[in-house]
Amino acid sequence: MRSASRRGFLIAGSGIAAMVAVPRSWGRKLGEPVRPYGERSPFEKSQRFYHKSPIPETGASGTPLQDSCGIITPSALHFESHHSGVPQIDPARHELLIHGAVEHPLILKLDDLQRFPSVSRIHFIECAGNTAAELAGTPRPNVQRSHGLASCSEWTGVTLATLLQEVGLKPQAKWILAEGADAGRMARSIPVDKALDDVIVAYGQNGEALRPEQGYPVRLVVPGWEGNVCVKWLHRLHLADQPSMTREESAGYTDLMPDGKSRMFSFVMEAKSVITRPSGEQTLPARGFYEISGLAWSGRGRIERVEVSTDEGQAWQAAELQEPRLTKAFTRFRLPWTWDGKPTTLQSRCVDETGYLQPTRDELLAVRGKNATDHYNGIKVWRVLADGKVTHV
Amino acid sequence: MSRFLLFGCLVLTTMVVMGQRGKYNLGRVPTSEELQARDISVFPTGVGLPPGEGSAKEGRSIYVARCASCHGDHGEGHGANPPIAGGLGTLKSDAPRITVGSYWPYATTVWDYINRAMPYQEPGSLSPQEVYSLTAYLLYLNGIVGDSEVLNAKSLPKVKMPNRDGFVPDPRPDTRSLSR
Repeated sequence: MRSASRRGFLIAGSGIAAMVAVPRSWGRKLGEPVRPYGERSPFEKSQRFYHKSPIPETGASGTPLQDSCGIITPSALHFESHHSGVPQIDPARHELLIHGAVEHPLILKLDDLQRFPSVSRIHFIECAGNTAAELAGTPRPNVQRSHGLASCSEWTGVTLATLLQEVGLKPQAKWILAEGADAGRMARSIPVDKALDDVIVAYGQNGEALRPEQGYPVRLVVPGWEGNVCVKWLHRLHLADQPSMTREESAGYTDLMPDGKSRMFSFVMEAKSVITRPSGEQTLPARGFYEISGLAWSGRGRIERVEVSTDEGQAWQAAELQEPRLTKAFTRFRLPWTWDGKPTTLQSRCVDETGYLQPTRDELLAVRGKNATDHYNGIKVWRVLADGKVTHV
Repeated sequence: MSRFLLFGCLVLTTMVVMGQRGKYNLGRVPTSEELQARDISVFPTGVGLPPGEGSAKEGRSIYVARCASCHGDHGEGHGANPPIAGGLGTLKSDAPRITVGSYWPYATTVWDYINRAMPYQEPGSLSPQEVYSLTAYLLYLNGIVGDSEVLNAKSLPKVKMPNRDGFVPDPRPDTRSLSR
């Protein structure tokens, strides 16, 4: 229809042009030519959020989940967390050493890794400290700042199981110390059972090489487990009979309980969901139809069900889940909703394939107290005010 | 028979010469020098700790020069830089003070973390001798060792940290699951 009328205009125009000069303003300006690497529209401003810090190499930036659609986080918006800054690594000089309790220690370059049989899998990565402010009772004003230390990408690489079969495990190999090539040589110990299950030594993210802040050229992806074990800039895997008890696993990323004891190696990120739209700091312009949309994920497997309440938690309705529902990946949920213009709250809760039900904040406080700041996964409530403004509760 | 044996020997020799490692035969075998240079792992048993030794007496001046500007004269920390001393007996309170002395379960971790990641602006710039001395000074600041106690690969793993028994395995799930 459009092209037909355009053709008609051009034909008529050429006829007129034969008689009178056509003013330049009648035409349309040519667009940009092709380019080697695409950028988003200059009208799109969505970006990661972070606090300015006197030690900027240690810190985190959060994904703008309120702007997300589907389940994939664009690589440029994937959350970051670094302890010693982002190293710039020349892949031609980068090497991965696998040694310790193995039959054949091995040094692999990126080219070598890319020659092994590969896999591509979609998984979320979530920082253990994501949503910590919710537990503390100081909820952040929007979903980016409350839940943005979680993102989901398609990761491509070689399974760690393939590499471990290649080097041959000795019987005493029970743990793997994974070390990054960042300035602080960040390192975490991972049980061999998990390594053989589903861990990926990844070099690809969303169809291209990893971004530098995501571990270029090689990182671990440890599906469903706290982000810190997904060691970036991976340059060494040390098989041993015991964990090394690095600072990150023995002093950090442990959960201090009310009795003064701390949980260690609490790796799994449990089932969590959050409504991303409408969410904090957004405004409903008028009463009427809205699609409530959000994300759910579980470190134990697939999301089985998401329920949404639009009436202060009295009634819960099953949300529609976007297929495919993948294991240890974001699942998008949606529920049609008509706002009657009255103040209310919006909240979601999910159940994963193990039957685990996302708890309330009160349930978590009752068993873990307020000092266990990591691994919080409580139900998130948004308040809708009479004027349509959405705030945190 | 002897021909078979000879053939077997030849195959074996070829495998060794070519560095047969596994199904895919990719990458290369690290030299012992490469292994030694890259392996900085340290374990609670003391495995991985290099030769060298030091005490808090030697550690004090290194701490003042390299650490105090961030962590404070007495390990109290300031601003975004965490405290590394004090906090004993606070773990059950509403305001626990997580420090090397109050929380860290293994003394070898102190050595390992300083060696890996400190000083923040220049990680990897301390000699093993300096790391032993600084570890001793941090433990001294926390009242765990005396100021002339010498720490080395043998003695460091034997230092018992106050919170050594303060950790439990992950018991989750610790909230409701639906019957299926």
